[in-house]
Amino acid sequence: MNWFIVHFAQIVFYVLAACTVAGAIGVIGFRNPVNAALSLLGTFLSVAGLFVLMHAEFLAAVQILVYAGGIMVLFLFVIMLVRVRTIPEEPQYLRSLAPAAVGVGGLLAVLVGVGLWAAARTPIANPAALHQVQGISLGNTEAVGWNLYRDYLLPFEVVSIVLLVAMIGAIVMGRKEAGKEGGA
Amino acid sequence: MITTTHYLMLSLVLFTLGVVGMVVRRNFITVLMCVELILNAANINFIAFSRQLGDLTGQVFAVFVITIAAAEAAIGLGIIVALVRLKQTVNLDQVSVMEG
Repeated sequence: MNWFIVHFAQIVFYVLAACTVAGAIGVIGFRNPVNAALSLLGTFLSVAGLFVLMHAEFLAAVQILVYAGGIMVLFLFVIMLVRVRTIPEEPQYLRSLAPAAVGVGGLLAVLVGVGLWAAARTPIANPAALHQVQGISLGNTEAVGWNLYRDYLLPFEVVSIVLLVAMIGAIVMGRKEAGKEGGA
Repeated sequence: MITTTHYLMLSLVLFTLGVVGMVVRRNFITVLMCVELILNAANINFIAFSRQLGDLTGQVFAVFVITIAAAEAAIGLGIIVALVRLKQTVNLDQVSVMEG
């Protein structure tokens, strides 16, 4: 029992990591897009758990709200809307495995090197700093808000414009064409 | 002790799976899901380094990444709806011709 308490963070990390990777494999592996989407949901929730483990509680909540609540519903809605099941399926749903393996292997090697190099060079700080603004202890959400609206106000506004553009673009692409006879 | 390296390796695996899925799958919807996997891997990196540095900037940028992911999903799914209307397919191999 004592061992369990001492290693609790490790156990949680490895369980969540396993769920994340299993979900990602499911996204690639499942033929049916509905299964893939639900598998992706598992990945999102596991990643939210990892965010909690990394003292990013606000990000964990946003991850669940935006990804699991918003994006996932959007995916499932479109899957239902386009009725992928009725579209004739290719017998071979994977393509070009060998070049993909070579390219991804090279990429993986480079990334492992860069990641280990960067992690080794970065100093380790006290995680309490993630809840503080100018030395005053706050909640994580409040601290993120201070940073977001004080130091990163311009990127915040730019991102809101990006969202507006995306919204208009999605509406324009999703609507029926006015000129076409009959529509879809 | 779970170090930043652990998180980096996990995010690496997630990123690689996303890239593999993007290259290997033919279904447009699944390819979009793989983009989400890649963005999630980037977020894990941001937050792992935010933790190690004790600097909230990483978390702020993760918020931006999530926003961009939402915008990308909306646009991508809009494209899928338009594509299905035009060609009745979500197979990427069948839409390689840009003829509208």
